[in-house]
Amino acid sequence: MTDLLKLSGVHTHIGRYHILQGIDLTVPQGQVTMLLGRNGAGKTTTLRTIMGLWHASSGEISLSGERIESRATPDIARLGVGYVPESMAVFSDLTVKENLVLAARDAPMDDTQLEWIFGFFPALRRFWLSRAGSLSGGQKQMLSIARAIIEPRKLLLIDEPTKGLAPAIVMALIECLKEIKRKGATILMVEQNFFAARELGDNVLVMDNGTIVHRGAMAALAADVPLQERLLGLSLEAHQ
Amino acid sequence: MTDLAATDPLPKPKRDLAPILLPVALALAMIPLIGSPSTWLTLTAASLAMGMMIFIMASGLTLVFGLMDVLNFGHGAFIAVGAYVATLVLAPFAASIQADSLWMNLAVLAPAALLSMAVSGALGLVVERVLILPVYGQHLKQILMTTGGLIVAEQTLYALWGPQIIPMPLPASLRGSFIIGDVAIAKYRVLATLIGLAVFIAIQLVLNRTKLGLLIRAGVENREMVEALGYRIRRLFLGVFMTGSALAGLGGVMWALYREQVHASMSDELTVLIFVVVIIGGLGSIGGCFIGAILVAMVANYGGFLVPKLALVSNILLMVAILMWRPRGLYAVTSR
Repeated sequence: MTDLLKLSGVHTHIGRYHILQGIDLTVPQGQVTMLLGRNGAGKTTTLRTIMGLWHASSGEISLSGERIESRATPDIARLGVGYVPESMAVFSDLTVKENLVLAARDAPMDDTQLEWIFGFFPALRRFWLSRAGSLSGGQKQMLSIARAIIEPRKLLLIDEPTKGLAPAIVMALIECLKEIKRKGATILMVEQNFFAARELGDNVLVMDNGTIVHRGAMAALAADVPLQERLLGLSLEAHQ
Repeated sequence: MTDLAATDPLPKPKRDLAPILLPVALALAMIPLIGSPSTWLTLTAASLAMGMMIFIMASGLTLVFGLMDVLNFGHGAFIAVGAYVATLVLAPFAASIQADSLWMNLAVLAPAALLSMAVSGALGLVVERVLILPVYGQHLKQILMTTGGLIVAEQTLYALWGPQIIPMPLPASLRGSFIIGDVAIAKYRVLATLIGLAVFIAIQLVLNRTKLGLLIRAGVENREMVEALGYRIRRLFLGVFMTGSALAGLGGVMWALYREQVHASMSDELTVLIFVVVIIGGLGSIGGCFIGAILVAMVANYGGFLVPKLALVSNILLMVAILMWRPRGLYAVTSR
């Protein structure tokens, strides 16, 4: 399995704070890699640094072997990286359709892809011409993900998609993400919900204080309760 | 099963008509206070014309504020430059301007306005690249840089054209008024109102019917996400900045014709009005800017007629009142 994304010795400073302190990680092609860790560990900063929203102060980031750490965010997006931020960041004043029109950057939306998206996000079809600001939290998350997959992407960076959602909606969202995974997407996903992480992840990276403290198979971590407690201060049983 | 399945209808978005009705209500409330219907109509027409000119000048500034969070205190320079550039065309063709033919007048006026827009827009390109680009995200430095730029522009105009006030008479065919009964409405005010409405409609069409407009609206709301979708928002911002500068130049020509004179510090009186309009309209909102401009002009005209001494503070009082009612302006842009 080839590595699509590779970070080597990445440091990121935000103001006078040294957030990422030498991150080394790889994201294999066609797999879902979960990025776990306590609040403030540097997970979101990692995604934003990959996306170029914050620039790495040192280290290397390469996508398909191409160095991207000094590239601007739009250029990184144009290399095929889709980003679903923690805040969802749908354009509230725009309709669902307009949000997706913008996401389909260089060409009209592909009808087949749109139908595929509607297949597991039916709300988007129904509220096609409604303002995105009037959608519920779960529907906004659907729109945010749909925006990232309306065009083929090499890599999806997804930041806590289940955050703040009701349990029933989380279950539906997991099913949607599984469907995306089945289509062969390569995903690096930050998640606090360990149950969701176990359901979706092939690999896992655990962060603490700006460094990767554990890497391995998701199934292995899910099966090792003492390790979960040591790394994350929790056990899977508490999330079931 | 869940709201993902869209079993429940969305709440209907409320149409926020209160700001639109505000100028109408204000105008109607003035009828008994002013007394004479003809005077009221004249003042209302004057307010609309003045409001449209202010809107043309302010529309670019509100998008610049909203899109890139840039405080451009030098916006007035584009107004003055636009007016001065127009004199370069109008002065040599003074005979055509004073000819009693609408078409001859427009044949000179239109190229003058277009040249003013082109020069102001080009100046906008220079200002954005030289003054604003190095200070993105730094408000205090933006204020210092753009205020400095305004001073340099004013002094350059003095150096090139001299300190004297340059007369800019109205074209002959736009002098005088349309008389309807005992109501007199100045011809130029009708033209200014029509141009303002045309600019407003054009901006609305671009913002709502084109992908470029979608990008601008999205960028005003969340520029970071627009970049994450692969769009180079700084190029977009440069385009908006140049368009806003060009519109300010057009507004400068119209204002100079309205006052029938040009001087380097002509924008001083307008800058405060423009900022009041942008703030009460809601940063980044074209609709709010349009209504705000009409309100500011109404308060200036009605207030100047009823309580002349109040004219000095009337716009500030209006801003205080609007912000007490809606702290983020008449039409707050979501998430800002």
